[in-house]
Amino acid sequence: MTEPTSVPKSEKPKVAFYWCASCGGCEETVVDLAEKVLDVVAAVDIVFWPVALDFKRKDVEAMPDGAILASFMNGAIRTTEQEEMAHLLRQKSKVLVALGSCAQLGGIPGLANLWSRASIFEAVYQESPSTVNPEGTVPKSFYREDGRCVSLPGFFDTVRTLDQVVDVDYYLPGCPPTPKILQQAVGALLSGALPPKGTVLALDTALCEECPRKDTRPEKLTLTAFKRPHELVIDAEKCLLAQGVVCLGPATRGGCEALCPQGNMPCTGCFGPTSRVQDFGAKALSSVASIVESNDEKEIDRILDTIPDPVGTFYRYSLPAALLRRKKVRMAA
Amino acid sequence: MPEAKPGLKEGGRNGFEPKIVAFFCNWCTYLAADLAGTSRMKYAPNIRVIRTMCSGRVDPQFVLDAFAKGADGVLIGGCHPGDCHYQEGNYKALRRFRLLKRLAKEMGIEDERLRLEWISASEADRLKVAVNDMVEKVRALGPLRLETMVERFPEEVTV
Repeated sequence: MTEPTSVPKSEKPKVAFYWCASCGGCEETVVDLAEKVLDVVAAVDIVFWPVALDFKRKDVEAMPDGAILASFMNGAIRTTEQEEMAHLLRQKSKVLVALGSCAQLGGIPGLANLWSRASIFEAVYQESPSTVNPEGTVPKSFYREDGRCVSLPGFFDTVRTLDQVVDVDYYLPGCPPTPKILQQAVGALLSGALPPKGTVLALDTALCEECPRKDTRPEKLTLTAFKRPHELVIDAEKCLLAQGVVCLGPATRGGCEALCPQGNMPCTGCFGPTSRVQDFGAKALSSVASIVESNDEKEIDRILDTIPDPVGTFYRYSLPAALLRRKKVRMAA
Repeated sequence: MPEAKPGLKEGGRNGFEPKIVAFFCNWCTYLAADLAGTSRMKYAPNIRVIRTMCSGRVDPQFVLDAFAKGADGVLIGGCHPGDCHYQEGNYKALRRFRLLKRLAKEMGIEDERLRLEWISASEADRLKVAVNDMVEKVRALGPLRLETMVERFPEEVTV
């Protein structure tokens, strides 16, 4: 990270937002600050925010290194353009914040790590029922015609988290992060009261600790079948896990105020692991498997088979950050 | 965990020698391995034993970390059902193992590379058979090489 260059005292601190491989929900978090966004705008200059403002990449390139106080980047790194923007914003910013699950852990786009680029292109440009592509045309990085050259960003084989590409200072977890934790982070940035580098700016306890259903959780919780939310009428008061729904609250970092359990839906783990866990999926799997009520292998399998998709369930937001990173692919020697 | 002897990784006479990380519980399987040693039994030298207090202590993170760092197989050894020193740690290990197997398969890790065995302190012979059998099966599968994938992952380039 480059040393900050001298900025006139009268200028407001500069902030940037950028969007990589994600759905756009994290941008919505900024909008969801509602009238509080005015406080933010009053305190900072937003110098780059492609989804809302008309500044271009060249404007960022023209800034001195470290000129931006903080850049909030959401989304995983899927294309070469996103990688370039990550490097550019890293260079121009004093603080780089990974905003949301995709930037922090890979997120839903990270589940593409179960496939390769070739199989994704085949599915999207050949096999999908609505595709008519007899010539097998697929996107190319460069195309030349009549002396002109058009280019598209390259598509990586593997989805990466932001910190697998550049140095990241802070993480705001969530799919998307709640406006509240974003606002707290902006407040901390402006006041200069920053926690140690690498901190995830949310609680460091399990979600169950702030879940309103916590007291209904039985002392010894065991299950003979797991149910998906559409397979039962969910009781609005009782612990979701005790009802047989795969709720990942025990393995997930708190800080969202248990929004999903309050909306009668189980936690799917978007806030990721606490600081003491390295691989979210492995730990979530461990906590869910150990409450199976049987000692017989066949019966255990029958109960666990009611979880149809282990990788999609336990690594829903974190496959690129997992110890294994992606499904095994054949690599060139 | 003893360091691999130079050359073992690259292979013995048949080319590839699998590296297998073995998590053995303190009360049964580790003692079986001890007994195999003191009885001067000979079995495949491909396992690197890590002693845990109970097979129930084997966090799925340990298993995935072993694979990610270059293990070709992971063997978990615990007490027979009903014999766990901590009452039911081995049942917890079994439940996690059954789900972890499915997850590992989805991630492209073949079934034979992850194995759970109940071996009591007196069953040195059973340990020998299990290790030899696993080594043979993993050798037939060839190297897993996840460590190359994990190491190269950040530098991966597009074409």
